[in-house]
Amino acid sequence: MRPRVILLNLAVALVALIVLFPLLWMVSVSLMPTGEAANFPPPLIPRTVTFDHYRDLFVSQGMGRYMWNSFALATLATILALGFTVPAGYAFAKLRFAGRERIFQMLVGALVIPAQIGTLPLFLMLKGMGLVNTYAGALVPWLASIFGLFLVRQYALSIPDEMLEAARIDGATEGQIFRRVVLPTLQPIIVTLGLFVFLGSWNDFLWPLIILTDQTNYTLPVALAALSREHVQDIEMMMAGAVLTVAPVLILFLALQRYYIRGMLAGSVKG
Amino acid sequence: MTDAPVDSAFARPAPRHGMSRRERAAWGFVAPALIAIAVFFVIPVVSALLLSLTDFDIYALADLDNLRFVGLRNYEQLLSNPLFWGAMRNTLWFCVLGVPLSIAVSLAAAVVLNARVVKWRPIWRVMFFAPYVTTLVATAVVWRYLLHTRYGVINWALQSVGLPAVDWLGQPETAIPAILMFVVWKIFGYNMLIFLAVLQTVPDDLYEAARIDGAGPWKQFRHVTLPAIAPTLLLVSIISVAGFFQLFAEPYVMTQGGPAQSTVTVLYFMYEEGFKWWNLGSASAVAFILFLCIFAVTMVQLWAARRMGAET
Repeated sequence: MRPRVILLNLAVALVALIVLFPLLWMVSVSLMPTGEAANFPPPLIPRTVTFDHYRDLFVSQGMGRYMWNSFALATLATILALGFTVPAGYAFAKLRFAGRERIFQMLVGALVIPAQIGTLPLFLMLKGMGLVNTYAGALVPWLASIFGLFLVRQYALSIPDEMLEAARIDGATEGQIFRRVVLPTLQPIIVTLGLFVFLGSWNDFLWPLIILTDQTNYTLPVALAALSREHVQDIEMMMAGAVLTVAPVLILFLALQRYYIRGMLAGSVKG
Repeated sequence: MTDAPVDSAFARPAPRHGMSRRERAAWGFVAPALIAIAVFFVIPVVSALLLSLTDFDIYALADLDNLRFVGLRNYEQLLSNPLFWGAMRNTLWFCVLGVPLSIAVSLAAAVVLNARVVKWRPIWRVMFFAPYVTTLVATAVVWRYLLHTRYGVINWALQSVGLPAVDWLGQPETAIPAILMFVVWKIFGYNMLIFLAVLQTVPDDLYEAARIDGAGPWKQFRHVTLPAIAPTLLLVSIISVAGFFQLFAEPYVMTQGGPAQSTVTVLYFMYEEGFKWWNLGSASAVAFILFLCIFAVTMVQLWAARRMGAET
């Protein structure tokens, strides 16, 4: 038995190395002097470490601007999505109102419709409103998250009714109850949903590609895709760009992975 | 959960004062979200169907007077367009190869990481999942270089074990498998975590009993693990099919649809039709056909699962 266990552990470690290899290679190549990666056999470790490509990206390729766009949009999307979905998810779980069940059933049904279908009319609509090539236009899809509403509702179902009743007997208004009793209880799911939206907005490609037509408004993925078409030969610079795009979300995920994984499983296994 | 469902949308406000106040508050909580969903999701989806019945193009974009209702002509034209059928065929290939491959890799990783004898399981779990949260465009750029014919690490690995180098993204036969390698690397951690969560609910006694009956690892997997995860397997395959039908950024970044249109997917075709040629009517028809395909495949999967008695 013993050698087989060791072999299994070694195999897992080897697979982990293969899985992480593209990311490690990306970092390594981003630190190589221009042209070093275009060799055979491909070098894995830079002979001399240089940060030139990172400097170049910020100084002459406008990377700072793209980073700011990505960061601002992801932050605003997170705030807006939470502001719209958290109260609604709570109300669907805990407050009675006419038609609640029926509206909820319709939302469940709507989940099977991929959002891409509405892409073209949404573009035309926003064009009519003059929101093409604006932050507002890029943010619009994040307001209407049925999935987020579900996630919050699922979690809010576990709030004991007695707790809400007690607050009502004390004379608190519904708004006060929401702020003082409900929000603190929902804190874990708020972190989870916020993380989902932030990463989702940061990583999103098709919608920003369509709606952000001017280069000064590009987010990192859109800018990187455009750069990679212009600078196919500059492997080292492209890898530096990829590092700058991936690192923030990867760090954020590693810091908050507990919330991410718990929310992911709640969203897919249960419902 | 104990709340009685309120059925009628026309129900009068309850006589007690507190009740109606609470209902008003409830509407205040849900109204912004419902309005946003109606305006930015429901209306666009319904309009997509209407738009697909018009000849909305660059002239209509300039002046709406040029817009005409054309019935099903967009659909007829698409169905006689070889480029559209090419996109359908490519997407189908991505699905047929990608869904089983990605699920098999996810399941294998989950079964291995579920084994008690494996050390540091939480660490491996996070490492295997990490590619999923990375930015698709960025890692697609990375993989384009890993797959490079002359300087790519993958060809170097092949050659070092005596195999010939492959022009992965440069020829139609290998472009889809090459992109799939990247996609599977990127997404397998997601389904792996879902499988792991389910596997952890399988009681150890079941494996113990199977072992006493003389079942080896394969038989244990076949008779204990597989039945336990069957419902999840169905759910995961439905979600995966929908995901593989919607590939876009991967070919956009790695091959730009080439070589020889061999990696143009349906969504890529829609993007070009809509935002390169500004045939928004025709592009909406593409979007709708895509939806019908996903819907049909989901229904077939549910039907097949019911036939096999896997789950409701």
